Amino acid sequence: MEDLTIILRQHPFLRGLSDEHMQTLIGCATNVRFAENSRLINEGELANKFFLIRSGRVALETEVSGRGGIRIQTVGPGEVLGWSWLISPYRWHFSGVAVMDTRTIALDAECLRNKCETDAHFGYEMLKRLASVMERRLEATRLQLLDMYGITSSGVMP
Amino acid sequence: MKDELANRSLPMSDAMMTYPVTIRKVIWENDDTFTLTLDMNGTLGEFSFLPGQFNMLYVYGIGEAAISISSDPSRTGTLDHTIHRVGTVTTALSQKKRGDVIGVRGPYGSSWPLDVAQKRDVCVITGGIGLAPLRPVIYSLLKKRDEYGRIIILYGGRSPLDLLYRVELERWEDAKNVEVLVTVDRGDSSWKGHIGVVTSLLSYIKLDSRNTIAYVCGPEIMMKYTIDELERRGLPLDRVYLSMERNMKCAVGFCGHCQYGPTFICKDGPVFPLPRIRPLLDRKEL
Amino acid sequence: MVIIGFTHFDELLSALRKRDYTVIGPVARDGAIALDVILSASDLPKGCHDEQQPGSYFLRHEEDEAIFGYVVGPQSWKKYLYPPRLKLFSAKREGKGFEIVSDSATPSPKYAFLGVRPCEIGAIKINDSVFDGGQYSDARYVSTRKDACVIAVNCTRPAGNCFCVSMNTGPRATHAFDLALTEICENGTHHFVVDVGSELGQSILEDVTHRQAEKNEIERALDLLSTSAAGMCKSLETEGLPQLLNDNYEHPEWDDVAKRCLACANCTMVCPTCFCSTVDDITDLTGDHAERWRRWDSCFTSDFTKIAGGNIRMSTRTRYRQWMMHKLAHWHDQFGTSGCVGCGRCITWCPVGIDITHEAQHIRETSISTINS
Repeated sequence: MEDLTIILRQHPFLRGLSDEHMQTLIGCATNVRFAENSRLINEGELANKFFLIRSGRVALETEVSGRGGIRIQTVGPGEVLGWSWLISPYRWHFSGVAVMDTRTIALDAECLRNKCETDAHFGYEMLKRLASVMERRLEATRLQLLDMYGITSSGVMP
Repeated sequence: MKDELANRSLPMSDAMMTYPVTIRKVIWENDDTFTLTLDMNGTLGEFSFLPGQFNMLYVYGIGEAAISISSDPSRTGTLDHTIHRVGTVTTALSQKKRGDVIGVRGPYGSSWPLDVAQKRDVCVITGGIGLAPLRPVIYSLLKKRDEYGRIIILYGGRSPLDLLYRVELERWEDAKNVEVLVTVDRGDSSWKGHIGVVTSLLSYIKLDSRNTIAYVCGPEIMMKYTIDELERRGLPLDRVYLSMERNMKCAVGFCGHCQYGPTFICKDGPVFPLPRIRPLLDRKEL
Repeated sequence: MVIIGFTHFDELLSALRKRDYTVIGPVARDGAIALDVILSASDLPKGCHDEQQPGSYFLRHEEDEAIFGYVVGPQSWKKYLYPPRLKLFSAKREGKGFEIVSDSATPSPKYAFLGVRPCEIGAIKINDSVFDGGQYSDARYVSTRKDACVIAVNCTRPAGNCFCVSMNTGPRATHAFDLALTEICENGTHHFVVDVGSELGQSILEDVTHRQAEKNEIERALDLLSTSAAGMCKSLETEGLPQLLNDNYEHPEWDDVAKRCLACANCTMVCPTCFCSTVDDITDLTGDHAERWRRWDSCFTSDFTKIAGGNIRMSTRTRYRQWMMHKLAHWHDQFGTSGCVGCGRCITWCPVGIDITHEAQHIRETSISTINS
């Protein structure tokens, strides 16, 4: 348990979290490794976990008929995977595939949700951190949507 | 500076005069981007340029396009230009073969300042064809590797197949104390690298905000987001340089097309210290 | 100062021709004052007086003998200093390549510009800074300009859209001329009070019958010029103008002016300082010969800012804003002066009478500070 606290403290998502909240959180945490090509989450399934990525890389995939799995984004060290655990109906919208050996801290979703409900301060702390991740992720997605390298170019071009 | 440049460049008796040169090699980098290697030996005398500068390439009877020089500045005799096929002139250029002749005049514009990077870390952040005008910088940094700190190259492309200079990216990664992170907007299941916008790569590197120079080149929107991210990471904005793009007809400040507020991209740029154009970046349709 | 009588005016033209100058000056043509080759004083528009209003120009003929009784027409000296169309080079196909067979070195004639108004001297000084003031020089401009003789004519009457006093360029020429004339045509007198501005001017004068001016003749000329200055119909408040426009980049007036502006580019064509150009590449039918031409362009045209990713300035609103901000704000950053000399041409020749002085004044009166720059 001592080790896990140290690991958790090092993760950017939990930077600056109070000791009290860390204690609340640690009861829901387990250390999980994923081998290359294994799946962390599956599109449509119950979102019963939330991952803090320690090392490696996870690709978010969605299945498109006729095109197979399309990779939308990757998340890596210091980032988090998934927010469907917090938002009803708690189902994954994407699949998550480890593209290389990946180490994570898995947080049990139900455990975490219950603690958020009973401890509003803790809940708000989690929500703030997650909202910030979502905001950055949304911003990045907007940029990706622009397909900015599609026709435009830069430097000095014709 | 004027005389110094004139000595090293093509004869400038007439600012708009082009000089015929032979294409020595054509390399297709991806479906719509290719690199022309031009033979600069012959009647032109010695041609030299600074990283970030560009030439006007002329196709006989078709017209001219402003193209950054993308080869190693210390290499003599030939010049590379990596060109995105998008308009009439670049399409005509794409049809040229080894042995064909095109016109060249230049080099024009400002360059990436390497002196400010001495003893500091350098972070090159680029997207799409924006890597082309930065390649001469990377060559120059690697040539004098010991004069600089860490070298970080962050590069974003549309898809794995769209990435430029793939062989060289791997070679650079192997160089001493160089980190190369590549990301694409769309990957498939064979792509093991990063997927996402180039700014997201910044979260995977340790940026020494007190001691880093950043060179940024890519679509304007990408550069804007990159600047925001660098600012969030605490990098002083006077250590950020970027390269801008506008329509260019003359490249010498006479035609007016490339005006960007108070600046002419062709002669004041294309490379600017960020503070000089920061207020302009948020102006719509400037 | 000296006096040249009207009857000796042709001697001035002879003196210029003797020095191999092609004399260019005002002629009345198609209901307006144009610029063309002048062979004798009789080519000059006698008794012509222009009436200018926003979007309106009218040339009135009277019985007087004045040959400079009007102000500026739609053309300016840029027509000669950097022609509307200029061949940059010809090339011919050679095997897999091409060869340049001629370039733009073909010299222009040695021009004497006759009837250059003080505001136009201001414009030529600005042209100099554009084409010969920086890292690069336009070789043809430089040689044409260097060889040109400037015979200025001071304005004893402003036209309806003049505001040279605001822009500090007129109505009296103070520098950058060889000779400057003030035409006096009243009460049976018809002569020119002449300022000499250079050694060339002095030497030309020596070939023309003249006499020392009397004190009262000089006073009369100065009197007419100060009356002219006082009688300017328009003014442009220049104090803090660049900052004002920069602060009002998103002012609603840009939308309003866009509703009226036709984006016809007239203002840029008639403006004596607008210098934008583009290039045309042409070949003959066989493809064996190619030419590259430079021609005037305008920031109002739809593809002016076209780049690989699209078009930067997509609306009339942003094109008008670019034109006016370039003229009155960015020009200061680029060339150290305003780009406007107060000649009023853009107001006169605008088909819908958009008035740059009104636009600037309106923004001043309703300024919003949106952007700090």
